Amino acid sequence: MALDDRKTDFKFVGTRPDRPDGLDKVTGRAKFGADMYAPGMLHGAILRSPHAHARIVKIDTSKAEALKDVKAVVTRADFSDEVEFKPGLEGEFWNVLENVMAGEKALYDGHAVAAVAATSALAARDALKLIEVEYEVLPHVTDVDKAMEPDAPVIREGAADYSVPEGMHPNVVRYHESGHGDVEAGFAEADLVIEDHFDTEATHQGYIEPHACLAMLGNDGKGELWCCTQGHWIVQKTCAALLGIETSQLRVTASEIGGGFGGKTTVFIEPVALALSRKANRPVKLVMSRSEVFRATGPTASASMDVKIGMKKDGTITAAQGVFRLQGGAFPGAPGDFTAMCAFAPYNLTNVRQVGYDVMTNRPKQAAYRAPGAPMGAFAVESVIDELCNQLGLDPIDVRLKNAAREGTKASYGPRYPRIGLVETLEAAKAHPHYSAPLKPGQGRGISCGFWFNHGGETSVSLALSEDGSAQVMVGTPDIGGSRASMALMAAEVLGIPYENIRVTVADTATLGYNDVSHGSRVTYASGLATIKAAQNAVEKLCERAAAKWGIPVDAVKWENGCAVPSGPNAGDFDPLPIAEITADMGRTGGPISGHFEATPEGAGVSFGTHIVDAEVDRETGKTTITRYTVIQDAGKAIHPTYVEGQFQGGAAQGIGWALNEEYIYGEDGRLQNAVFLDYRIPVASDLPMIDTVIVEVPNPGHPFGVRGVGETGIVPPLAAIANAVSNAAGVRMRQLPMSPPRVLAALKGDG
Amino acid sequence: MVEVHLWSGLRSLTGGREVVEVEASNTGELLRELVRAYPQLEGPIQAGVSVAIDGRIIASGLTEPIPEGSEVYLMQRLRGG
Repeated sequence: MALDDRKTDFKFVGTRPDRPDGLDKVTGRAKFGADMYAPGMLHGAILRSPHAHARIVKIDTSKAEALKDVKAVVTRADFSDEVEFKPGLEGEFWNVLENVMAGEKALYDGHAVAAVAATSALAARDALKLIEVEYEVLPHVTDVDKAMEPDAPVIREGAADYSVPEGMHPNVVRYHESGHGDVEAGFAEADLVIEDHFDTEATHQGYIEPHACLAMLGNDGKGELWCCTQGHWIVQKTCAALLGIETSQLRVTASEIGGGFGGKTTVFIEPVALALSRKANRPVKLVMSRSEVFRATGPTASASMDVKIGMKKDGTITAAQGVFRLQGGAFPGAPGDFTAMCAFAPYNLTNVRQVGYDVMTNRPKQAAYRAPGAPMGAFAVESVIDELCNQLGLDPIDVRLKNAAREGTKASYGPRYPRIGLVETLEAAKAHPHYSAPLKPGQGRGISCGFWFNHGGETSVSLALSEDGSAQVMVGTPDIGGSRASMALMAAEVLGIPYENIRVTVADTATLGYNDVSHGSRVTYASGLATIKAAQNAVEKLCERAAAKWGIPVDAVKWENGCAVPSGPNAGDFDPLPIAEITADMGRTGGPISGHFEATPEGAGVSFGTHIVDAEVDRETGKTTITRYTVIQDAGKAIHPTYVEGQFQGGAAQGIGWALNEEYIYGEDGRLQNAVFLDYRIPVASDLPMIDTVIVEVPNPGHPFGVRGVGETGIVPPLAAIANAVSNAAGVRMRQLPMSPPRVLAALKGDG
Repeated sequence: MVEVHLWSGLRSLTGGREVVEVEASNTGELLRELVRAYPQLEGPIQAGVSVAIDGRIIASGLTEPIPEGSEVYLMQRLRGG
């Protein structure tokens, strides 16, 4: 895509206007997933397996169906792989179907086996108790290393693809290996080689809004769905496939969203609500409880990792090798490949080798969580680098600068980097007052770098001008990070009209072309690029109208500060024609003026960050307090800096939870032990210091304004940076997350 | 001819080669020719791959031109959260 319109001088971009959804959200007017109602609406509830692994011998729904308040009961038999006229569901659609409603086996504690729609939520929950399910309980496994052992129970025979080497356990379903150079030769050149093992536990995305939807599907195959999601086109496509209906006949509207972080990029309850609605011929609302969210929606993968790095006395890394085993629940999809590809990406390495495994266990199907796979790998790699620096007496930022990837460096995952901003983040970290501030006794400081790829994806945007010269922008990417504000700023920049004169709406699937999910840190990049192009398309039409009015060629007109003006002295002597004067009579000068843009932009630009963390460890209780935190990250160009800082701070806050307290705890019975926020400890405001931020701007050559996505990279460095700070404070290397007080205490006592 | 660098996990599908050569002027042709020359690459390519051309990662596009002499890498298909 030609980017001959690159811009570096900005009037609106880079300012910090009020958020457009602020009033709605603080007054409770904003409509989230559970806020929609329909006449005659029923309430749905889902029956879930209490077993980690069990064959479903028989389901008897007759007693539930006999209740007068119950209007429909569905099981797997009501979904399309059982429907004769549309057989052959396969690939990821089949996996999603198997996850939203169990087939022959319940594969994890919390797996859906049946669902009810009744006249009240209470009646629906009561009816679940009358559904009789006969299970044959099977052996289970929830630990990634145990799932790879020869005697581990097989979760699904034949789930492995071409990539898995022969002789591996059937639970290993994907394998990735990449790198370059000769690692053994590299290790031989090193003055010090450290090899260590690291573990991380699964954590949940922890969005505050549970999944919720309102579904209507008639026997004519036409449906309406309101739901909280990161991407309503993927919901439309997936639900249509699972229900055996035509995609275009299902109209999906995205509600406001109370957090997603990657966990709302797939479907869980939406196909179930649609199936219930089709059977009952009434609208059905389904709202998950928090416990259901924990038990049956995507946590991230857990990981078992071995990392070996060799370093010379001057800090040069001579070789690096990592083996990363990730479990992603009872389905393929754990991002072991991405853990491997991202782990060493910040460094310029002559010899590097990385291996990733995707392993199935009897746990819920993992879902994406900000930079999926990258934080775990960074934890292992950056911990080993920190230990090498400690043992060789080297400064951790100097060592990272010495080995940092730059433009032209061959990345650990293969190609050479274009313009990137890692060095700039490291230099900013070194110059930051935080880095030179003295530490108190009992405190330690940690540094880590982090990398993420970022993404483009299918994108459609429409922009329509009103007669008064204001503009409405229709985007298809749910606003999970302030995108309505940043789209308005980018449109304002091109149109030359105030931010306040632009309203950005997240359009439904019936009113705009296809849009990929709000994921991969893609929205400000891709929807932003499309908004700029759509606005430019409208500006071309505005210039045409001015040219016609002035009777001069269109190429003699240019757009400046919201007005058409002659492009030079030879073009003629005309006063600037403001946008509102052109739009006022646009209906009579050629018709309504709109701008459109549809594309799959391919220039997202990779992103790097560096974090500095101070931690204090209470040697009596093992409790860690984060006393100071600074995030430094390359944003390319910050469109609305406050939101960018918010993304940086959010990544750090979630990373603090992941590092210190959050974990999925399974009992011997394979049941999740802590499926409520009381027992699953996410950080609250009082757990956090003020998180300082520094926005580095190394423009992305793939975006007209230089934008790089910022949503994901911010969660890559925290696990390692915090682990390094805690290890330096405690005087003992922490190799397992979370670093909860009992675990830190055990490490301090030398039995961890 | 375009020199295509594969990730090392694919060597078992190309008779041990990590760099292969095919005739292609854009990303779609590249993937088609790779499968024609190395039928076992159909698995990974069907599963989804990205192509890096001189360091610029093309996540999924089949129409991106490959200039003469470019450095080309096949990568796992990018995903996000």
